[in-house]
Order: sequence, then C-alpha cells, then structure tokens
Amino acid sequence: MVNIVVELSKYLMIVMIAVYTFECFAVFSFSDEYTKKSILLRQNVLMFMIHFVAFLVMYLQTEEKKMLGFYGMQVILFLAILILYARLYPKVSRLVVNNMCMLLAIGFIMITRLSYSLAVKQFIIAGGAVAVSLAVPVVIRRMKILSEWRKLYAVAGVVLLGIVIVIGSVSHGAMLGIVVAGINIQPSELVKIIFVFFVAASLKDDRSFRNVVITTTVAALHVLILVVSKDLGAALIIFAVYLVMLYVATQQPLYVFAGVGAGSVASVAAYYLFSHVRVRVIAWKDPFASYHEGGQQVAQSLMAIGTGSWFGMGLCQGAADKIPVSESDFIFSAIAEEMGLIFAICLILICVSVYIMFLNIAMQLHDRFYKLVALGLGTCYIFQTFLTIGGVTKFIPSTGVTLPLVSYGGSSVLSTVIMFGIIQGLYILREDEEEDIERKKAKRPARTRPGFGPETREPSRRKTAEAPKEAGRRASAGSGHAKKAPEGAPGRVRRRTDPKVSEKRRG
Amino acid sequence: MTNKEFARVTYMFVTLFLVMVGYLIYFNVVKSKEIINSPYNVRQDLLAKRVVRGSILDRNGEALAQTVTDEEGNETREYPYGDLFAHVVGYSVKGKYGLESVQNFHLLTSNAFFLEKVMKEFQDEKNIGDSVVTTLDAHLQQTAYDAMGDNKGAVVVMEASTGKILVMLSKPGFDANTVAEDWEALNNDSDSSLLNRATLGQYTPGSTFKLVTALEYIRENADYHDYEYDCEGEHTQDGTTIHCYGSAVHGQEDLADSVANSCNASFSNISLGLDIAKWKKTTGDLLFDKELPSDLPYRESRFQLEKGANSADRMMTAMGQGKTQVSPYHMAMITAAIANGGTLMRPYLVDRITNYSGTTVRKYMPEKYANLMTSAEAAQLAEYMEGVVEYGTGTSLSGEAYTVAGKTGTAEVSMDKQTVHSWFVGYSNVDNPELVVSVVIENADTASNTGVNVAKQIFNAYYY
Repeated sequence: MVNIVVELSKYLMIVMIAVYTFECFAVFSFSDEYTKKSILLRQNVLMFMIHFVAFLVMYLQTEEKKMLGFYGMQVILFLAILILYARLYPKVSRLVVNNMCMLLAIGFIMITRLSYSLAVKQFIIAGGAVAVSLAVPVVIRRMKILSEWRKLYAVAGVVLLGIVIVIGSVSHGAMLGIVVAGINIQPSELVKIIFVFFVAASLKDDRSFRNVVITTTVAALHVLILVVSKDLGAALIIFAVYLVMLYVATQQPLYVFAGVGAGSVASVAAYYLFSHVRVRVIAWKDPFASYHEGGQQVAQSLMAIGTGSWFGMGLCQGAADKIPVSESDFIFSAIAEEMGLIFAICLILICVSVYIMFLNIAMQLHDRFYKLVALGLGTCYIFQTFLTIGGVTKFIPSTGVTLPLVSYGGSSVLSTVIMFGIIQGLYILREDEEEDIERKKAKRPARTRPGFGPETREPSRRKTAEAPKEAGRRASAGSGHAKKAPEGAPGRVRRRTDPKVSEKRRG
Repeated sequence: MTNKEFARVTYMFVTLFLVMVGYLIYFNVVKSKEIINSPYNVRQDLLAKRVVRGSILDRNGEALAQTVTDEEGNETREYPYGDLFAHVVGYSVKGKYGLESVQNFHLLTSNAFFLEKVMKEFQDEKNIGDSVVTTLDAHLQQTAYDAMGDNKGAVVVMEASTGKILVMLSKPGFDANTVAEDWEALNNDSDSSLLNRATLGQYTPGSTFKLVTALEYIRENADYHDYEYDCEGEHTQDGTTIHCYGSAVHGQEDLADSVANSCNASFSNISLGLDIAKWKKTTGDLLFDKELPSDLPYRESRFQLEKGANSADRMMTAMGQGKTQVSPYHMAMITAAIANGGTLMRPYLVDRITNYSGTTVRKYMPEKYANLMTSAEAAQLAEYMEGVVEYGTGTSLSGEAYTVAGKTGTAEVSMDKQTVHSWFVGYSNVDNPELVVSVVIENADTASNTGVNVAKQIFNAYYY
C-alpha cells in the first residue's frame, strides 16, 4: 500500500510542479489583476500540496514521528513568509515571494530526505534569514545614500575575502570560510552582493575610461583573491557579473570581448598553474576514466540523474545519499534522481522565471544605480544557478557552488534571501518612481483627461484608469518589454506612497 | 544605458538555459543508458528489491542463467550449464562478472506489459526483469569445452560477417552455481580460474603473428610476389641463430610458402628489412596497443619493438616470439577482418533484450567497427591462409565437406622447448567466410592437443 502511495505521489508531484512552472510564465501574459491574483494564489496552493505530499511519502517510508512536527514548522514558516510580506509590503512582487518559498520548500524536502539534522539547521537559518530580509526593503527604500558608498563597498569586499585567506578553514580543498562561534561563515557569499553594489555605485554616472580601469582593477582583485583561495565558483561568478554590468553600463561590447579574452587566457593559465583546476577539467572530460582521481562526484551525479530518468526513483527510493555532497553542491542530481528529470527541469525553469522577473524589475526602474543593482543581483543569481546545474550534469566543468535557496548552506541561504529582499525593495521603489512620474504629470495643466488625477482615484475605478496609462508608461520605459511586465505592472494607478497608509485604508 | 542591453543579457541567459535543458533531455534519451550500466552505479542493487532478475539466454532460447523463486519467495540464481559459461555469462554474487555484470541494469529492469506491472505493484509483488538474449550457441560452446579437454586455454568463435560471438570459452572454469561457497578457494587458485582468458589472457602469439609480419612485408614491398628465400633450417644474423620448428628444412620458398610452412628462417630474413616505425603503424591498424570493441572487460594487446631494436629482437618479434602479447579475442578479430575483406565488424554478445514473455525491447544490429586493412591485402592474406590448410602446417583441416583457411602457431614460452602454447586462428567456407575460430591451448603436449584439432571439432559440430 505504501508502495502505491509512493508511486502515485511521484507522478502527482511532477504534474503539480509542471502546472506551477507553467504559471510562473503564464502570469506575465495576463494583465488583469483578478486573473493574476488567482494564478498567484493557485501557485501557493500547489506549493503547499507538493510540500505535503513529499513529507507524507517520507513519513510513510521512515515512520519517524519527528517528521510530522518538522513538517508543521515548515508550513508555519511558509505561511509566515507569505502573510508577512503581503501585510508589510503590499506592493511586493508576489511571484518572487512565491518562487522563493517554492525553492526553499524543494530544498527542505530534499535535505530532509538526505539528512534530518542538516534540514533542521537549514530551517533555522532560513527562518532567521527571512526575518532579516523583511527589513531589507525598508533599508533600500529609505537609504538613498546607498549609492554613494562606492569606496566602502570596495574595501569591505576585499577585506572580507582577505580575511578568509588569512584565517580560512579548508573545505573540499578550497578555503571558503571562517568559523565564528562554531558557525562556518563563507564571506564570499556576502561579498557577491557587496560587489554588485560597488560596481553599480562606481559605474552609475562616470563611464570614463579612467573610471572603468579603476573599477576593473578592483574587480580583478576580487577575482584574484578568490582564485588564490581556490574558490573558483565564486571567482567565476564575480567575473561574469562584472562583465555583464560593465557591458550594460557602458553599452560597449568591446569591453566584453576584452574581458572574455582576458578570462580565457586566465583560464588556460589557471589550468596549467593549479592542479585543482586541472582535476576538475579532467573529471569533466571523462568522469568515469578519472573516477578515483576526482571524477567520482560527477560520475555519481550522472548515474543518479540517468537512473532516475524522467519520473525519478521516488523519494527515499534512490541512492541520492551516495552522491558526494548531495545536500549542497550536488542537490540538483539528488532531486533529479528521486523526483525525476521532469521535476528537475521544472526547477530549472522556475529559476529562469525568477531571473526574468529580476531583469524585468531592472528594466522598469529609472535610477541608474538601482537598475545596475537589480541587473547585477539577477546575473549573480542566474550565473550561479548555471554553474551548479551545468557542473553536476557535466554540461560544464564542476566548480562547486550551491544552488541558491535549494542547497544546504547557511551563508548561501542567508545571502540569497537578502538578495531577494533587495530585489523586493527595488520593486517597491519602482512603484514609487512611477508614482512620482504620475504626480508630476498630474501637476501639468489639464492635458490629462479630467477625473484621472491621483487625488480623485478610487480603487473601484482602477480598471478604467488602466488603459491610457499603460500606453504612457510604456513610452516612458522606452522598451518593448512592457508586455512582460510583472503582476500589477502595466500602469496600475498607485495610491499614496506610504505602505502603512495604504494598509490603513485597506483595513 | 538603455533597456536594449538588459534585454540582450536576458535573452542570452535564457538561451543558455534552454540549451542546457536540451542537453539534459539529450543526456537522458541517448547518453544515460551507457552511464547507468556502469559497475560504479550502486543504484542497480536497489532495483533488485522491486524486480526479479531476468534470464540470460543463448541464441536458441536455452537458459544460461535464470532466477528461480521458491514458494517462500526466496530467489536462487541458477546456471543450468554449470561451468560451461562461467566466464562469459559470469555470476552475480560476490560482486558481478561477465554478462551478469555488464547487463545488470537490463536484467533488473522490467518491461513487462504496464497493466501487469501496475497490478503487481498493487499486490506488492515483484515484477520480472527483462531477458538478455545472447549470440552464444550452447551446442558449439559445449563442443569447444569437450574438445579442450582438461587443458587450460581459451576459444573464441564468431561470425565474420556480423561480429556475433558464438563461443567464448575459458579454461579452467568454475561452477557458477557455487561461486559464493567456493569463493575463498577460487581466489587462491593458482590456475586463475576466475580469469576470462579469452579477453583478459595475454599470450605470446607464436606463428599466428606471421600474418601480421607478412602484411607488413606486403605493405613495404610492392614486389612481394617476387620474394624468394632458400631455407636451410636456420637463419643467423649478428650471432643469433633462429631455427625452424622441428629442425625442418623448407628449401626454396616464396612468401606464400613461408606462411604455409610457417618458416621461422624466412620470417627472420624478412624482419631484418622491415621499417620498425611502419611496422608499428601496421600493428596499430590491427588494433595493437589500442582500445578494442568489447562488451566485456579485456586487456589491450601489446606490440613491443622499439626503433633501433637489435636483429635478435626483430627476428623473434617477426615470428611472434618476442615480447608481443595478444588475447585470443584480439586474434579472432584480426582473423575476422581478413575473412571479411579487411573490415572488422564490431564483435558483440547480446543480440536483443526482450521482456520476460519474449517481446523484443531492444535489438542490437551488426555494425562495422573499422577497416583494419584494404580488401586487396585481406584477399592476399586469405590466399596464404588457404595455402596453410592445403599444403602447409594445417593440412589436417583439409579434405572435409567444408573449406578452411587458417594459421597455426606454436609459441615457446620457456627455455624448455616441451612447454608450448598451441594456437590456431582461421575461418571456414573460404569463398563466403562463416565461422571465425581462435584457439589457444596452454602447455599443450604437441602430439594431439593442438589448436587445429579443437578448431576441427568445432567446424565438424557446426557443419555435420
């Protein structure tokens, strides 16, 4: 009987995640509020159902009572995230919150399957991280001075990375973290965010060649320290993020070509200079031939994915625990093995949807600094996802980075949740910006149609207000991508700026 | 900074991810089959909890390995032929060996009718795994087994035109039914009974290697037809004297006679004029020091003769007495290529996978592996091999209803000239080659237990 539940639930979860994933993209194509809200709500239901089914299956197979309590706590955490964000920041992007919860939920499921004690740790860290992240949008919105701290970001980034080299602890052959009060902290995770702020602050106004050289030097210093401390994944991420930000800020493809050229030369040099780079490349070429010389991880990962095939072995039915570091760097393979490749591909698409949302927000902002921050964080997120999934599937050499929000890893979860918080802050800012524009327009003498000014707007009239405003906003955004605008984006007429006020009005 | 750049970056990453998803789909459809069959894959054993291990059958449907479940649900793996297929079919206790190892995944995957599978799932019963239908022929394997008697050695028989392996025998064997019980003894066995000598054995090729030397002479000398040598029973160069086998004196010979008579003196003479670099290239063409196509683990053959080697090493190597070593499996491949106009068909052991009720799930077709030599070269060597049977060292195979072309070999493996390995490689039905046979008998007493005799019994069993 248990057997049947396990088998059926496998397919059920695949269907549910497929629907969820479809709606991640479908939500972009509906403009009316009501449909959007119902889609987003349905996503919440699907997430809780997948989460429930997964824990039911694991409980049935392990028959451990503590599983039930743990499940309950997770449900409370997700409810808290969804409700608190909705209450505190009504203007927040619900899609981003949904996806954050979904990714955390998939992570909780898989880590619980692999190691209950690690999952508990992950749960506590995620809870703390979310609590911290709730304050982030306020900080972003209030502290306009954030764009002026260029030097501070540069120094902080280099110093934090430098600390690791000096008193670093070694994990998997790389110096990644420092241990403070028994907790292993990986500064490189936090430095990624600081670095994005640095580049954005540096390139927001001054695009002179001199400034580009200075900024590039600081960026190169980051990469260099990371390579020396053998954290290749983080080094690559910083490198890619910088190139993308530089390209967008300067609109100069030549810089990218130069960067890619320099990067290629550096990669070849690293291949010959560092044995740990060579090992990774050899393991990538043929993980089975070099099984005992570093190929084992990737070989096990490929066998896991292959054995799982489309529908997976079923939770607790595979040998996901045989993949080295399956709870962090190789969690994608563990998911593919037990929940199926279709499920895993949906997971990839959810990550892509998160990225598209990030860039969408970047495109709709007007302030150059914030635009660049959104772009940098988005690139950071998607490139890290690419490195980890590409690495464990032998698409590219493995670099040993985590899958954001899904993998076990305190620093990784904390920094990613903060990253999501910053994006939410920017999303709210964007809405503020829009209101400013609208207000300015409204002050202009009577070219606007009477009755459409902000002071006269009532929620019941929103629908009528929508169409003409949309056209105007599209023009101001100067882009053909308004069609992809996230929920509530197309020129919805805003009420007053302060969320608290709107909160009261609602009540 | 316009949004155009943002859009470009977005498209770039989205495209990158779509390519990666495409790769994953490709991986799962095409590449994964081979990867999950890896012996490193511990997941295969998990499948055994849900599936009854399937059967391994010979080409006529005879069970070579099957799992029998008693009333209490205990499963026993049975090998009806005992030690006959010990190495090729292998065993699945104490680690896995042979086809039991490399076909493990198929044996533990059930492609039974899906409704039946669902029913069994509901009843909490195991499904029955797929059957592996091999190319092996139990009758021929038994013939080879009997012909070998108590001798150690190996026999490989395959079809020249398809690469299907009909016989793969290694002696001494072991009873596959009692591997677990005999494990200790088998591992301490000084005869290496567990070793599959057909693919893993490394033997001095002896005179069978003269085919390789002859090919190299043909390649280096366009006028090889005019080759002449006057054999006086021995050839001396730089103080090293090579004698002909049994102190025979062959007199005036051309290249065909030299092969037919297996004349050591003549081949010593030939070796001194060969270009070692080119010779090495030719052996490479014949897959020496190269990967071999094989379903089972094998050892690469070694051609060992370095540039500037002295004349003694050259002469020894030319007649297969040097440091060169081959497996019987590899010699079968070279012979098959000669029989098949220079083209080697990939040798294979598994004809198809069927579900337990016999419906084919997957069929393996003959495929070309490589051209080891040109068809003209193959035809020339084939002619020489016919001469061996007509008037040379293999005349005992002549005068039958079938025709044979081949090459004998007597490899001296110690200073004591009494201990020799007796080789035979050849094929039947010379006009349209059918069976390729490669036999080696270790430490044969030269009178009766020869490779030629074993080959003859196999041909007889096949044709009469």
